[in-house]
Amino acid sequence: MNRSIIDLWVGFFVALGIAAVLFLALKVGNLSSGHLSETYVLQAKFDNIGGLKARGPVKSAGVLVGRIADIRFDPQTYEAVVTMNVDGRYRFPKDTFASIYTAGLLGEQYVGFDVGGDEKMLQPGDTIAKTQSAVVLEKLISQFLFSKAADGQDSK
Amino acid sequence: MPDPLSPFRKLGHATVERIWRLGFAARFLFAILMHSGSSFRRLHLTLREIYFSGVLSLLIILVSGLFVGLVLGLQGYETLQRYGSTEALGILVALSLTRELGPVVAGLLFASRAGSSVTAEIGLMKATEQLKAMDMMAVNPIARVVAPRFWGGVISMPLLAAMFSAMGVLGGWLIGVVFIGVDDGAFWSQMQAGVDFRYDIWNGIIKSIVFGFAVSLIAVFEGFDSVPTAEGVSRAITRTVVTSAMAILALDFILTSFMFRGTS
Repeated sequence: MNRSIIDLWVGFFVALGIAAVLFLALKVGNLSSGHLSETYVLQAKFDNIGGLKARGPVKSAGVLVGRIADIRFDPQTYEAVVTMNVDGRYRFPKDTFASIYTAGLLGEQYVGFDVGGDEKMLQPGDTIAKTQSAVVLEKLISQFLFSKAADGQDSK
Repeated sequence: MPDPLSPFRKLGHATVERIWRLGFAARFLFAILMHSGSSFRRLHLTLREIYFSGVLSLLIILVSGLFVGLVLGLQGYETLQRYGSTEALGILVALSLTRELGPVVAGLLFASRAGSSVTAEIGLMKATEQLKAMDMMAVNPIARVVAPRFWGGVISMPLLAAMFSAMGVLGGWLIGVVFIGVDDGAFWSQMQAGVDFRYDIWNGIIKSIVFGFAVSLIAVFEGFDSVPTAEGVSRAITRTVVTSAMAILALDFILTSFMFRGTS
């Protein structure tokens, strides 16, 4: 076969392959959106993180503002230390509340920032002081059952 | 009187034979890498092989990708609608394709479409003593024949796997959004929220590169190592397809256990 025809077809082939990779990256993957360019680090300590995972979302008012970089266990305080990469465009007040929520009934867990009214802002590297742990369903049910049982004894 | 030790002797012979072949394959890979300079200096040799193993595999890869995507869309929808979460169809189709099905199925198709023909070509060249003739003319057959076919396969495979995944996603979209009526925006936005480029897509591409190396090495090795008769060549082709399939599935398991260890 003629060499220039082979060159042409191989050119088409490689171009098609690169187009497929670009399609996967931009349309299927998150390279175009949700990609955090400049981030700063915030930390938060939780008593219980439930099912939180690294790379999970950090949201404020429901909008994605960062991603969880790392989750470690602190052997001194017996708490979970969650390190988050937060989008550099957003700054949060010092008294921001970090809570662990669940998206939907069966959805993934995420860290939600409930913003306070402080004038001072959290600086990169700061640790969020106020946190609320994940809701553990078993604890909730047992609390409910114990309170019911206590009510029952009172009424007797 | 039968020799009571003969089963052990056979076992030992088979083991030594296997190890010897493995060592030969490793030395063969080393020889290919040593002599692959010329396949890039004389680029048209490699381009020719990309044409034969890549461009001519386009049709089977694109059509198979489309149909795998269509089936994933139908079956995924069937299961997801029981839980009322049909918007997750996009992420289901995209993750299964980019992580597993794209590289693996494209690799299996590539092994049977391109790998077998490379083995047949090299095996027949050996059977008709063309390789020996090249040696006589001081043309190194590994540099002239084997290395371009090896690199052609290595380059074609990741591109084919990416096209397979892309076609599969389009097939899933076609069934889910166009025919069944899943919401178009939710389909794509859930997919983009759930598929990470570095974690999911890039690991899939790494997988397809590894499969490309494995299939191409097996194809050229079986061809070069074949018994130079009609029967020997046909056995070598069978071995290429079988060994490639086993290698792809085993490597896929190993790579998956390293890449996706339940961290997401």
